[in-house]
Amino acid sequence: MKILAFAEQRNGQFKKVAFEVVKAAKTVADQLHAEVVALVVGNNITSIAGQLGGYGASKVVVVEDAKLELYSTTAYAKVIADIAKTESAEVLLLPASAMGKDVAPRVAVKLNAGLAVDCTALSVNGGTITATRPVYAGKGLVDVAIKTQTKIFSLRPNVFTAGNPSGATAAIEAKKVGLNDDDFSVAVKEVRQSSGKKDVAEADIIVSGGRGLKGPENFKLIEDLAGSLNAAVGASRAVVDAGWRPHDEQVGQTGKTVSPSLYVAVAISGAVQHLAGMSSSKYIVAINKDKDAPIFTVADYGIVGDAFEVVPALTTEIKKLLGK
Amino acid sequence: MKILVFVNHVPDTETKVKIGADGKLIDPAGVNYMLNPYDEFAVEEALKTRQSFGGEVVVVSLGGEANKETLRKALAMGCDKAVLLKDSAVRDSFAVAQSLAEYAKEYGAEIIFGGKQSIDYDDAQVGGLVAELLGWSSVSVVVKLEIKDGNIIAEREIEGGHEIVHAKLPAVIMAQKGLNEPRYPSLKGIMDAKRKPIEEKPASAAEIRVEVSAMRNPPAKASGKIVGTDASAAAELVRLLHEEAKVI
Ligand SMILES: Cc1cc2nc3c(=O)[nH]c(=O)nc-3n(C[C@H](O)[C@H](O)[C@H](O)COP(=O)(O)OP(=O)(O)OC[C@H]3O[C@@H](n4cnc5c(N)ncnc54)[C@H](O)[C@@H]3O)c2cc1C
Ligand SMILES: Nc1ncnc2c1ncn2[C@@H]1O[C@H](COP(=O)(O)O)[C@@H](O)[C@H]1O
Repeated sequence: MKILAFAEQRNGQFKKVAFEVVKAAKTVADQLHAEVVALVVGNNITSIAGQLGGYGASKVVVVEDAKLELYSTTAYAKVIADIAKTESAEVLLLPASAMGKDVAPRVAVKLNAGLAVDCTALSVNGGTITATRPVYAGKGLVDVAIKTQTKIFSLRPNVFTAGNPSGATAAIEAKKVGLNDDDFSVAVKEVRQSSGKKDVAEADIIVSGGRGLKGPENFKLIEDLAGSLNAAVGASRAVVDAGWRPHDEQVGQTGKTVSPSLYVAVAISGAVQHLAGMSSSKYIVAINKDKDAPIFTVADYGIVGDAFEVVPALTTEIKKLLGK
Repeated sequence: MKILVFVNHVPDTETKVKIGADGKLIDPAGVNYMLNPYDEFAVEEALKTRQSFGGEVVVVSLGGEANKETLRKALAMGCDKAVLLKDSAVRDSFAVAQSLAEYAKEYGAEIIFGGKQSIDYDDAQVGGLVAELLGWSSVSVVVKLEIKDGNIIAEREIEGGHEIVHAKLPAVIMAQKGLNEPRYPSLKGIMDAKRKPIEEKPASAAEIRVEVSAMRNPPAKASGKIVGTDASAAAELVRLLHEEAKVI
């Protein structure tokens, strides 16, 4: 049996989640006595394909085409489904990233497969894969099993650990998939990167600010602390709605769901809708002047104090520690 | 233009999730249901599209009798007609999408709007599934949309930026917050919505592919440590993060 792992790359570089997906595929494959085939789609990607051997792929299929340089919903769906068919893969793993979430349903229809999205754990029991996934923005967890012959799971980024690569190598196989103009009926023409900004959905550390900061100008404190930690800046909905911060920084039920290794909530009360988006973070620090703020119920460490004093002191201490 | 908009009826965001007696579903007792927040952006965009191109907006929801409340809200915002595809059984996204796609075909929809995701199962699947079932284009997580000469230019949110996507009509567009400012229903809209009929049809049968075996609440967190009550605690906090948690 084969498990196909879609290894997402952009600009010729693997996303961290690509390694997580391949490694998770390997863990499942070992229990099913299966083999992991990784798939890389894009342009100028052959040189990076070999990296996936170290995470457990025995073979890497490379579909390289200048037309695939930028993501296309329809073309990528066709390529992934075609390769899944030619490899006779029964299980397909993708990242629950912007790309993975967009392409997975289309692949599911092409393969007539059941799809479980945004999984946070996969376990194997008597040959059956059970996936665990958060529902109700993390307020519930469900165990699900897929009944169809072909099964697709997408994995939440930052949850599965890739670890360090082993010395293992993989066979690299270049494949062509016939693509015509119709296959590009949905195509990205341009990617606009927010200038050098780290995104909360991918960051390992996030420093978020809330309404208690009183005004947009005071986010300088948050940016400085985030800078010292090489972290992304996040925000509560209250400050996004007030126009202090852009929507792409919003964390929560109607913002982004994040699971960094460290989440620092500054002057955020911890409303259920905010907690829904960040309570699965590995470590949570709360800084709030109200000792009864609900954010403290999910915090591992807290300082009950004035953010305007605590945050600059924290930035200084971190710089000291990291020798900046 | 024949414009279709999908709306889902979901527990509101304040809901405390209590597991029901079957151990698989939420206990609905005391839960308030509402129009899925992302679907408000979908309804608004559908209404704006009608403004630009004429035609009508039909709003459709698949679910039980209770979904009528959500359909009425969409009617109150200004949709022309509402359709309830009736089925009270539990369905996975695929099964929902199959019936919605069938309805879209039957109606002869030329463009479909939906939300980025339902906030109950957080699936973010239905739009892509419907589009592929119909052989249409689809753009997800859309924050900006322009329709011109049968073509779409959309902006979608990705990690650390935006993608500019070109797509051909017909298309399914899944709305993200930021796409527009949903209007509030006017008093007249609310009164009119009460009089507009809601067409009911049984949802077509569909196979269940993904089965839930158990639902539970996430493990509760042990209560954390209050490190201090002023700026002097900063050094100790940094030490704990470095030595105990090992995250910095
Ligand atoms: C449908 C719906 C969806 C929603 N989705 C989201 C979402 O995705 N994300 C989200 O965040 N919210 C969401 N909300 C809003 C949520 O309910 C809260 O209103 C919001 O999170 C509050 O933001 P806040 O914590 O910044 O503000 P507040 O609740 O006003 O809290 C400010 C906090 O700052 C503290 N404070 C004040 N001054 C200081 C100081 N000097 N030093 C330290 N602390 C100080 C206060 O003690 C207080 O705890 C949603 C709400 C609804 C109805
Ligand atoms: N039962 C339903 N009835 C109508 N529309 C739905 C239903 N379920 C999902 N949708 C639509 O599909 C979008 C994405 O939902 P989901 O894939 O369930 O996260 C929602 O925002 C709705 O627009």
